[in-house]
Amino acid sequence: MLRILTNWSIYYITKLKSFKNQNQKNMSVLVYTESDKGKFKKNAFEVASYAYKVAQELGETVTAISINSDNEDSLGTYGVSKVVKVTNEQLGTFNAKAYANAIAQVAEAESAKVIIISSSADTKFLAPILTAKLNAGYVPNVVAAPESTSPFVVKRTAFSNKGFAHTAISSEIKIIGVSNNAYGAHENTVSASVEDFSPSLSDSDFATKSVEVDKVVGKATIADADVVVSGGRGLKGPENWGMIEELADVLGAATACSKPVSDLGWRSHGEHVGQTGKPVASNLYIAIGISGAIQHLAGVSASKTKVVINNDPEAPFFKAADYGIVGDAFEVVPKLIEKLKEFKAQNA
Amino acid sequence: MKILVCISNVPDTTSKINFTEGDTKFDTNGVQFVINPNDEFGLTRAMWFKEKQAATVHVVTVGGAQTEPTIRKALAIGADEAIRINAEPTDGFFVARQLAEVVKNGGYDLVIAGRESIDYNGGMVPGILATLLDMNFVNTCISLEIDGTNAIAMREIDGGKEKISTTLPLVIGGQKGLVEESDLRIPNMRGIMMARKKALNVVEPVEAPKPTEDQKFEKPAAKGPVKLVDAENIDELVNLLHNEAKVI
Repeated sequence: MLRILTNWSIYYITKLKSFKNQNQKNMSVLVYTESDKGKFKKNAFEVASYAYKVAQELGETVTAISINSDNEDSLGTYGVSKVVKVTNEQLGTFNAKAYANAIAQVAEAESAKVIIISSSADTKFLAPILTAKLNAGYVPNVVAAPESTSPFVVKRTAFSNKGFAHTAISSEIKIIGVSNNAYGAHENTVSASVEDFSPSLSDSDFATKSVEVDKVVGKATIADADVVVSGGRGLKGPENWGMIEELADVLGAATACSKPVSDLGWRSHGEHVGQTGKPVASNLYIAIGISGAIQHLAGVSASKTKVVINNDPEAPFFKAADYGIVGDAFEVVPKLIEKLKEFKAQNA
Repeated sequence: MKILVCISNVPDTTSKINFTEGDTKFDTNGVQFVINPNDEFGLTRAMWFKEKQAATVHVVTVGGAQTEPTIRKALAIGADEAIRINAEPTDGFFVARQLAEVVKNGGYDLVIAGRESIDYNGGMVPGILATLLDMNFVNTCISLEIDGTNAIAMREIDGGKEKISTTLPLVIGGQKGLVEESDLRIPNMRGIMMARKKALNVVEPVEAPKPTEDQKFEKPAAKGPVKLVDAENIDELVNLLHNEAKVI
């Protein structure tokens, strides 16, 4: 009996090895490393790190596609062996269809079977287009390295962060969207070769045109920020946001707000975080004058450390927070700003 | 202009989420189902197109018979006709393939879907649908104006917004901003009565693969109790954030 088992396992190991050898040529894990004005975004290094982990599991290497970015070498630090560099004036402004087409062409040229992408607004825009073009299986909002690669199973958030799903992907090509600030950036230095690539694009790729971009410059965004400072109805009116913005400034944080605040028009919709607004996955989330409705708590639950400042000790947010201060925001926040300035001066 | 609004039947945003059958299924016990909020903003925007630009509005959902109250609600709000594709919407690509059949056969100029459903959060159906049918696509759409076959859309981007010009036929992944929360409509008695007489056509799904499958679910781990800091002792909070949480 034992011999039969041993023979079987040898047979399988040999078969697996030959299978791998056949496929090793030209096979790679492809990662789309996103940049902004030539510079890689923080999430580019996170997705590269994730791709390296997947490539190790599969015994493959990582190829990155970069579009109009400058410092390809920096990707080697995060495990990228080869960078396929696209430089194209038409792609100077983000265009989901054209970008998806360029990435699809690189995926085909590289015979990529696993593609790793981020969770930025732009990437979530191009992801379904890429999925349809490659007839792939796409799983977004992935928070951890694959649990297994055969079958390919990943853990992702579901029910707007009120739960997790373990999702299997059975298609030949698999696209994984990694949540912001979930897997993290990990250094695994390899030397990266750079190869130029010219995608073939046609007018139909540019049938939706960007007319105007209205973007805050030089400020952290909710998607990228390490710290998010958020205000709720407890602040009584939009005129009281000065201290929220000052606190955010001191911390280099993005500002956000609860749903009632955006519905009342005190702050723009772009700042609304929660189940029907933006999700937050920052290292630190500070909620000021926000009671903590279940929809809000779901949306910010991926944040690593949560602080609540509220004058109502019964506010549900205290059950979800790591640290809390029961007190009047109008007294606590100015003091906190002052103390943080002192702290920064000491630790500068 | 012929508009199709795609609707997901999702748990109300206040729902507590539980799983059943060995954590392999969402537990619908005691859960109130509603029109997916992102879709409802789109439905209301479609009503404006109907009232101001004489558009025809159809609604579609992919789901079993239990989803009919949700789609009837869309009819009561003012949609002209409804289609239910009789299949469980367990995979985004599969759902997009089903919707593609309806769009192709119905000759729609504009398809409005939500940017994602608030249950499975795939966020892929509108984009895959647009690509399968070679229609233009705008995601995270927060405003939309149509003049003839030209469309001007605003989309939310990280840290701002972008104005986009494109043409019909168009698919959008919509969200709040298309209309405001206060613009959403509650069906009145007349609407509810009329909805009973409107067509709700049930069609069988086409053969299509399901590349992804949720095998198991879990709830987030329970959190420890909050550490309270005295409002007079802010130094302590700064100290905890620096030395314990290591986030500043």
